[in-house]
Amino acid sequence: MSFLTYLINGLSLGSIYAIIALGYTMVYGIAKMLNFAHGDFIMVGCYVIFSISGALSGNGVMGTVIAVVVSIVLCSLLGITTEFIAYRPLRGAASPLAVLITAIGVSYFLENLALIIFGADVKSFSSVITWKGISFAGGQLKIQGVTIVTIVISLVILICLQLFINKTKQGQAMLAVAEDKGAATLMGINVNKTIMLTFAIGSALAAIAGALLCSAYPNLSPYVGAMPGIKAFVAAVLGGIGSIPGAMIGGLVLGIVEILSKTYISSQLSDAIVFGILVIVLIVKPTGILGKVIQEKV
Amino acid sequence: MHMDKKTKDNLITYGIVIAAFLVVEVLAMTGKLSSHMGGLLVPMTYYAIIAVALNLCVGILGELSIGHCGFMCIGAFTSATFSKVMADKIPSGPRFFIAFIIGIAVAALFGFLIGIPVLRLKGDYLAIVTLAFGEIIKNVINAFYIGVDSKGFHFSMENQMALNLESDGTMIINGAMGITGTPKDANFMIGIGVLLISLVIVLNLINSRDGRAIMAIRDNHIAAEASGINVTRYKMLAFTISAAIAGSAGVLYSHNITTLTASSQYFGYNASIMILVYVVLGGIGNIRGSVVAACILYLLPELLRGLNKYRMLIYSIVLIVMMIVNWSPKVIEWRKRTFANFGFKKKVKVVK
Amino acid sequence: MKKFNKVISAFMTSAMVTAMLAGCTDPASTATTNSQEPAQATESSSDNGATFKIGAIGPLTGGAAVYGNAVCNAAELAVEEINAAGGINGYQVEYSKEDDELNAEKSVNAYNTLKDWGMQILVGSTTSACSIAVSENTKADNMFQLTPSGSAEECVKYDNVFRVCFSDPNQGIASAQYIADHNLATKVGIIYDSSDVYSSGICQKFTEEAKDKNFEIVSSEAFTADNATDFSVQLQKAKDAGADLVFLPIYYQAASLILTQANTMDYKPVFFGVDGMDGILSVENFDTKLAEGVMLLTPFAADAKDDLTVNFVKNYQEKYGEVPNQFAADAYDAVYIIKQALEAKSVTPDMSTSDICEALKGAMTEIEASGLTSAKMTWEASGEPNKEPKAVVIKEGAYVSAE
Repeated sequence: MSFLTYLINGLSLGSIYAIIALGYTMVYGIAKMLNFAHGDFIMVGCYVIFSISGALSGNGVMGTVIAVVVSIVLCSLLGITTEFIAYRPLRGAASPLAVLITAIGVSYFLENLALIIFGADVKSFSSVITWKGISFAGGQLKIQGVTIVTIVISLVILICLQLFINKTKQGQAMLAVAEDKGAATLMGINVNKTIMLTFAIGSALAAIAGALLCSAYPNLSPYVGAMPGIKAFVAAVLGGIGSIPGAMIGGLVLGIVEILSKTYISSQLSDAIVFGILVIVLIVKPTGILGKVIQEKV
Repeated sequence: MHMDKKTKDNLITYGIVIAAFLVVEVLAMTGKLSSHMGGLLVPMTYYAIIAVALNLCVGILGELSIGHCGFMCIGAFTSATFSKVMADKIPSGPRFFIAFIIGIAVAALFGFLIGIPVLRLKGDYLAIVTLAFGEIIKNVINAFYIGVDSKGFHFSMENQMALNLESDGTMIINGAMGITGTPKDANFMIGIGVLLISLVIVLNLINSRDGRAIMAIRDNHIAAEASGINVTRYKMLAFTISAAIAGSAGVLYSHNITTLTASSQYFGYNASIMILVYVVLGGIGNIRGSVVAACILYLLPELLRGLNKYRMLIYSIVLIVMMIVNWSPKVIEWRKRTFANFGFKKKVKVVK
Repeated sequence: MKKFNKVISAFMTSAMVTAMLAGCTDPASTATTNSQEPAQATESSSDNGATFKIGAIGPLTGGAAVYGNAVCNAAELAVEEINAAGGINGYQVEYSKEDDELNAEKSVNAYNTLKDWGMQILVGSTTSACSIAVSENTKADNMFQLTPSGSAEECVKYDNVFRVCFSDPNQGIASAQYIADHNLATKVGIIYDSSDVYSSGICQKFTEEAKDKNFEIVSSEAFTADNATDFSVQLQKAKDAGADLVFLPIYYQAASLILTQANTMDYKPVFFGVDGMDGILSVENFDTKLAEGVMLLTPFAADAKDDLTVNFVKNYQEKYGEVPNQFAADAYDAVYIIKQALEAKSVTPDMSTSDICEALKGAMTEIEASGLTSAKMTWEASGEPNKEPKAVVIKEGAYVSAE
């Protein structure tokens, strides 16, 4: 019974990693760039919800819905703007690392801007999910509402993204851009527009992930997104770069492994164990759980 | 004497370091060097050293590592442990020398061991595994408890009490509290010396047969393998040397500040990425650039101290602008077009 | 491309030379003016133009910015009040603060910057590891250092360093004794931050002290700074082991998450915190009902009703828009303690930094200070303060004395 409790705890944590990883892998898989600022987009989304729902606190559920919608829109805009100002000029730079460093610059910028605007102290985030969840076995097993909602939303996003990418023209364009930018241009695809759309979607997903992250773990600070961002990166790699279902599985696996290693091995060394397992998985399967093996040509 | 272009280039690099050293020494002697600047000198040398080490890995070997501070951490902790134990037993000169050997050797050993699994992977998968190892090192050291008493060494991974130290015992590594009271043996001259040695090692490696093999692997490992180059051997060679040099930066680090803790701000992935910023901004594969960029970027936030809370904000903007100015294909094109007719000097000014 | 690289490296080289020179000459020139300043000050001290220069160091940016800002703001507030009331021994006080980003190396840089500015007395560093690193320099320069919140044992290992807060061992021992003396529990769980000096320091001493007490430690689980969001495992283990009291030697941010998560899993033991727990009630938007019944040993409570606290909290809130936490209280006290010590020895700002240090060292063991964090504080020559930790319990969103 206690094992089941821990497993459910792992699922709660993993579902949060998974939903962040979905947004992360969008940008990562298509634009082929490590967006280190993704975690900070999450942070921005949380602050937007916090500020707006604070202002609309009298309006109950409507207030929350408005706050989340505004946060999604603003995050999309932020993603598009960041891409336009900081990332687009470096497309085609001599090294792909250039844009990685700029992303770090953007991450510092957002964190320090939030620090100046909102101050360093943590703020307690009111959960956007008020549902308490369900209990089994006479209350001994309990799944929190936010966990169920997160998993459902992750699945919905997963299905929507899969449909979008495989069934729509823009989605196909994204795949083409991911495969080969030059060839995509030759096929009449507007690469800039496609990547902009990718960022818009990825950042909107960051806002949704942020709302759920802060609902599950209600401490809001300028650095709230940094560590989840890295964990999402790990989850995306674990699942296989560019694979959307992979990101979801990677996130869930990461969360469960983290909780179980804390429980049964050592809470002091759980970071080391989680990363150790990542290393082992990648050695056994060098392209992640669902990653494709690409044959190299000379 | 015939001197080819590369030798000349290398001599310029050494020259810059030595000139910088002399300028600082003169300033210090004439009392023109502020305490603030004086305190920044040793950190600047060890960040330059680890930037050189990382550039060997990223620029020459062509593998992205975002866990290099892990090796620095190993070098720092092993050497500081030695120095603390031997603080009263060996005079400071030889003690520091042996501390260097220990720090470098252990870092190199870990570089070798970690290199075996890491270098089998490619691209971002490799990067994430280096990040993972960096975090593992940090996390494990945080759970280390080593104490010494009349009965010898005691070791635990649990807590201080599990050591069962005698009352005369002292803690060497106290978990998250790390090591305090490492003798302050490092100074600017030693820092510059170590920097010069690592530059000699890396630059000579690049210009040697081994170095050409390593770069051939970077450019096309299949072609390199087909030409009879032992890919694994050369990759391991470069990675181990890189780890060893990072270890020496760690030795300097731990002997410059008396508190050593394996926390994120010193040895986590954030710190490793900071070093990567130095490398990329200085030019990937450009060893001299790494040294210069490390110095400038370490100085920058310090010089911005007057801006108070806007300091890191301005720093981030400067970082983004510098990246775009230095790397954007369009900006490079524009610069070329606009300044094609002007002399070299003007170009330099504008780039600034 | 090659050509461009050349240009870049040429630019970088020239930039480095200019940066080196600029970097060296700029502060160097300030340093010269600084070194002239005290000289001028000596000459003009008769006409009362000299000032005391007090500096403060703390993390003003980064994840720990809340502590550094609290310390630096409160010290600033105290200095302004002192100046408005006529200064110390008739001399005004100048104040400057520097950021260390919770990094020992940057803390030393911050110290050197303040030294160039002409600092005579240091209030800082805010955090333990930084404070220890800086103490190496203050010792070498023989500058008086009073750390408001550096609580690790080694912070005061030199004779020129004193502290305002309790030491970590002191808190660990006091907590264990308090729990035992008041029969609060028979089974105790601990959740601590194993990557934090403060938290693991207290936890170590608490565990040691608990050995021969009337309670048993049934679970001792760690988390790390990188892993400080999910506490379900640590709580579940304490719950499964039947702990009726959970000791939290951690800061209030993580503690607020722990309280929230304990609530969702219907686990309601007594939560017992230390001074880092103070601040939990002023977390914006925090549901204080969750903290009902939490006990903590703290020297300062922002809603205490004495005049000193009321005024301090009011002024601090007006100026910085936040409720001050115990870091702020420690720093505010630190400045007033320095004032009292300077007055006890009639120190004047034209004395050398080293002479001021010697005078203050002597004064510290003689004075008896009264401030926000204790009505009666005295110091040992070792630098440790003597003051009583107060136990408070949270009732209906406010601190109430637990006695």
